[in-house]
Amino acid sequence: METGLMADPVRDPVDDFIELDGVEKVFDVRKKTGFLRSERRQVRAVDSLSFTVARGEMVGYIGPNGAGKSTTIKMLTGILTPSAGRVRVAGIDPSRERTRLAQRIGVVFGQRTTLWWDLPLIDSYRLMHRMYRIPDARYRENLDRCVELLDLEALLDVPVRQLSLGQRMRGDIGAALLHDPEVLYLDEPTIGLDVISKAKVRSFLRDLNAERGTTVLLTTHDLTDIEQLCRRVMVIDHGRLMYDGPLTGLHEVGESERTLVVDLERELPPIEVDSARVVKVEGPRQWLAFPAAASAAELVARIAAEFPLVDLSVREPDIEAVISRMYAEKALS
Amino acid sequence: MLGAPQGTYARVRDGFRAYRMIAGMWIRSTMAYRASFVMTTFGNFAATGLDFVAVLLMFSRVDRLGGYSLPEVAFLYGISATSFGITDLVVGSMDRLGRRVRDGTLDTLLVRPVPVLAQVAADRFALRRLGRVTQGLLVLAYAISVLDIDWTPLRLLMVPLMLLCGAAIFAAVFVAGGAFQFIAQDASEVQNSFTYGGTTLLQYPPTVFAKDLVRGVTFVLPLAFVNWLPGLYVLGRPYPLDLPTWIAFTPPLIAAGCCALAGLVWRAGLRSYRSTGS
Repeated sequence: METGLMADPVRDPVDDFIELDGVEKVFDVRKKTGFLRSERRQVRAVDSLSFTVARGEMVGYIGPNGAGKSTTIKMLTGILTPSAGRVRVAGIDPSRERTRLAQRIGVVFGQRTTLWWDLPLIDSYRLMHRMYRIPDARYRENLDRCVELLDLEALLDVPVRQLSLGQRMRGDIGAALLHDPEVLYLDEPTIGLDVISKAKVRSFLRDLNAERGTTVLLTTHDLTDIEQLCRRVMVIDHGRLMYDGPLTGLHEVGESERTLVVDLERELPPIEVDSARVVKVEGPRQWLAFPAAASAAELVARIAAEFPLVDLSVREPDIEAVISRMYAEKALS
Repeated sequence: MLGAPQGTYARVRDGFRAYRMIAGMWIRSTMAYRASFVMTTFGNFAATGLDFVAVLLMFSRVDRLGGYSLPEVAFLYGISATSFGITDLVVGSMDRLGRRVRDGTLDTLLVRPVPVLAQVAADRFALRRLGRVTQGLLVLAYAISVLDIDWTPLRLLMVPLMLLCGAAIFAAVFVAGGAFQFIAQDASEVQNSFTYGGTTLLQYPPTVFAKDLVRGVTFVLPLAFVNWLPGLYVLGRPYPLDLPTWIAFTPPLIAAGCCALAGLVWRAGLRSYRSTGS
């Protein structure tokens, strides 16, 4: 699937805040085959990857384990040097000017903290203040904001190692935002968090993007993150971009179905309507599958007109299933 | 905000600034538990001082070691232990780099706007390592007070010069050894044999070692420039290898060369990490 990066002269170049063009990353993997002998094998973690992200966009970057998500983020932050291709973030080549770019980006690694493990949270923040040369007034303002919205007040004097995973993640997100980064990369920001922490993190990110226009690129396993945060999704597998577009489009690609759950007044034989089929009946409750692209309202109206409807709900398709179906299709073609 | 790609000078300056900030934070946090600081510093002092106890034990049996008297050996010991102590205090955290590479936490340092070397070196800055410096200085003070030497201004000046240059040479070994951990993550033991092993070696006079070993630490890994070569000039002793006297005044050059070389090795190591990611 092409993203059409090069063929769009009308597009404002300032808009392309993040730019990848034919980016590759090849790793040499050595496998021990004997005491001193080893086999060398090249692994293409990222393969001719091209996409752009405009300033202020919030993009979900998903794919199975080992698909190349983290490798992409590492190239965008300058940690890794691409084997081939061109990367630009805010006009800067990350691998060449890593420390200069660092002033303008924020990074949150879900499984590794950027905070100083043995020190109280506030010490890490104070150090960030000086390390990033944040003006005092702005530091205070951003700190207050993070403390309030991420609920950090009680955690500031606690050593980072004593924080729970959810608390630490909130602390990490705060740390990544003290210097007003223009773009925030989040690598699995909700991994291992409980439901409440997840909700807190999501609503904070949504506000951040809406109010400050911070560009956000997040990788995740949790598709609810994407559903609730991102209008645009990129799917990567085997280092290649498989899909780039709106979340709704992903459903179409996978030809997925939504489910309408209806509660009737009493037990009835399976409902018969066009464009939907009953997949399950349990007493007065029935499950109807219908194409994700079709309107739910029409279907509901038709059922309500003919059957004694008490209650209903619509279930969105499981995107994970959609993606795996997409992979299966790709493999067949 | 910042201009074109930074020059070496700006990078070094930024590195020192970052180092001071991070080390300062660790010192403040150490000082929050003063009793613990005093105890651990004393522990460090006692543990490292055992090396000198070993020297004393030897001298309880013999009058001379390789032809050197106790004050002379104490002088060499004091210089070696103090300069190494300073290095250990300043960049002793380098040997944790391999672990950071293995568990991936090095990446978190690479996304900050300050040099990685400064962050690695200042990480968990341990003020308790002053214990080693203290015992080295005490032994050195004892040696200077009992040595029967004509202390000309030049000889006196050689002492702080040796400490500084020695610390710089050891630091270069630490940094180069650290850089090696980018490629081989278990290399810290090899590094330790050169650093901790090196300082132990230098605590004894060169005459007790085989000539090939002395050649090795003179021409290959120039540890002899920490205390042997300049120290023997101060003591008025001949060097076991046939070298001109002016060699005794070259430690600043050797130290500068070692540091420059270590800087290059470090950059190569970091570049290799960034192209392989492991």
